[in-house]
Amino acid sequence: MHLTREEEKLYAGEYGEALETCMNLLVSLGDIYGAEKLVDISSAQVSGVSYKTIGEKGLEFLKDLADQGLKASVPTTLNPAGMDLIRYDELKFPKDFAKKQLEIIDCFKRMEVEISCTCTPYLTGNVPMFGSHVAWAESSAVAYVNSVIGARTNREGGPSALAAAIIGKTPCYGYHLSENRLPTQVFEVDMELEDASSFYGILGRITGRIVKNGIPYFKFKNCESVKNDYLKALGAALAASGGVALYHVEGITPEAKKGLEINGLEKVVIGKDDFEKEYDSFKTSEKPDLICIGCPHCSLDEIKEVAEFVKSENAKFNADVWVCTSIHMKSIADRMGYTKIIEDAGGKVVGDTCMVVAPIEDMGYKNVATNSGKAATYLPGFCKSNVIYGTTYEILKKATE
Amino acid sequence: MKELNGRIISKGVVEGEAIISKSPISFLGGVNEEGIVTDKENELFGKSIANKIFVFPSGKGSTVGSYVIYGLAKRGLLKGMVNFESEPIVATGAILGKIPLVDKVNIDEIKDGDIVVVDGNTGTVKIKEQ
Repeated sequence: MHLTREEEKLYAGEYGEALETCMNLLVSLGDIYGAEKLVDISSAQVSGVSYKTIGEKGLEFLKDLADQGLKASVPTTLNPAGMDLIRYDELKFPKDFAKKQLEIIDCFKRMEVEISCTCTPYLTGNVPMFGSHVAWAESSAVAYVNSVIGARTNREGGPSALAAAIIGKTPCYGYHLSENRLPTQVFEVDMELEDASSFYGILGRITGRIVKNGIPYFKFKNCESVKNDYLKALGAALAASGGVALYHVEGITPEAKKGLEINGLEKVVIGKDDFEKEYDSFKTSEKPDLICIGCPHCSLDEIKEVAEFVKSENAKFNADVWVCTSIHMKSIADRMGYTKIIEDAGGKVVGDTCMVVAPIEDMGYKNVATNSGKAATYLPGFCKSNVIYGTTYEILKKATE
Repeated sequence: MKELNGRIISKGVVEGEAIISKSPISFLGGVNEEGIVTDKENELFGKSIANKIFVFPSGKGSTVGSYVIYGLAKRGLLKGMVNFESEPIVATGAILGKIPLVDKVNIDEIKDGDIVVVDGNTGTVKIKEQ
């Protein structure tokens, strides 16, 4: 890989060992994947924040970087933590867990990474320009920023996104290059789209499994009901059941609108049968003890939907209900009165975390209801929970029974 | 002895018993911190990859997988890996955790229980005993 004179100095350790470590990781990745150079990035999104996901070794790694005074050199946002950073006591997060979590947060703060703690940075101000280069981790955000915004990133691992944030550059290979952003398989959805994010979660689970780390191109029959929240759900599920970094939707996503060649690609038709089979895999008679909305984190509109459910059903929740979101959305939800409506009914608007990266298995939750294809993929293995799947309305209704 | 040529992802040499997953894996949620496979949809569900050479086609899922690999490597549980195609998430974990990783290898040639040598310095995988 070609390095500029300044980059050579970083790589040779002339600016200290810590920067050398970061540079070494970027150059190694660049060499492996055939990058010709490093490219400047306009922003980064760093994953690996919850103590539950990175553990003691991850904490040591971050402490080491922070102690050496490294700082992000481009606007850098952060993934969800393992708890609500304000109300962790009230929400009964284990005390020793909270202590470790705060240590991790302190490391990122010292590195001047924005303590945004959300998997939806594109809803909270980290919005790159079309075609610009970024280094994002968080698989669902990678799918969103590549596909819906049309910025360019590889599926960065947590540490490589952090190294890129510090250096301000990333190796230019893979999804940074136009020729690697072309569709590999066409998926024709041969049914009317449902007006629910849970529908897109199922679609993402089915197609992610088939396409693996390829680039799916979707053809929908009717696009009128498609909205950003649904694309958020689709990408999240695609990146959980597969290794998808980028997808295209005919007539909707920017690169598809500019025109992409799909002649000659293998076509897979997804129909009602496929959906029914996938829904069947979640059939369980268990009653949920936790109902979670917000994987990826809720937009304001999704929080409003929960508040409207409470109002129209005059609901009182008999099971724990978490509406997971960023502190940004929660502030507006507080101001709009949605938080009060939801919490008066017995629910909680939880900031900074979600049901996947919070230690819910240690908090006694075993049966978790979700409207997210991504959460449904991780909950059984990572949180040891049974999954009850449905639309927002269906799972909230279960909480009132 | 069969020798498979691949690409260097992470340097170092290690010998061990191979354990094979035919399907892609997400380390977050897929492998716990003792090295037990926890992904119910994976054929290795309930089995341990600890002290073995983990052979799988490619990574999928969470970008936090790098930290899981790093942690397993630092605690000495994960010895080395072989992939058909390593994605950056898996590569980052191996490089930081300093365990050998070779990809672009036809992993169908390797069987469960084979004794293999992963040579991350030359980008080869030797099958010593089948």
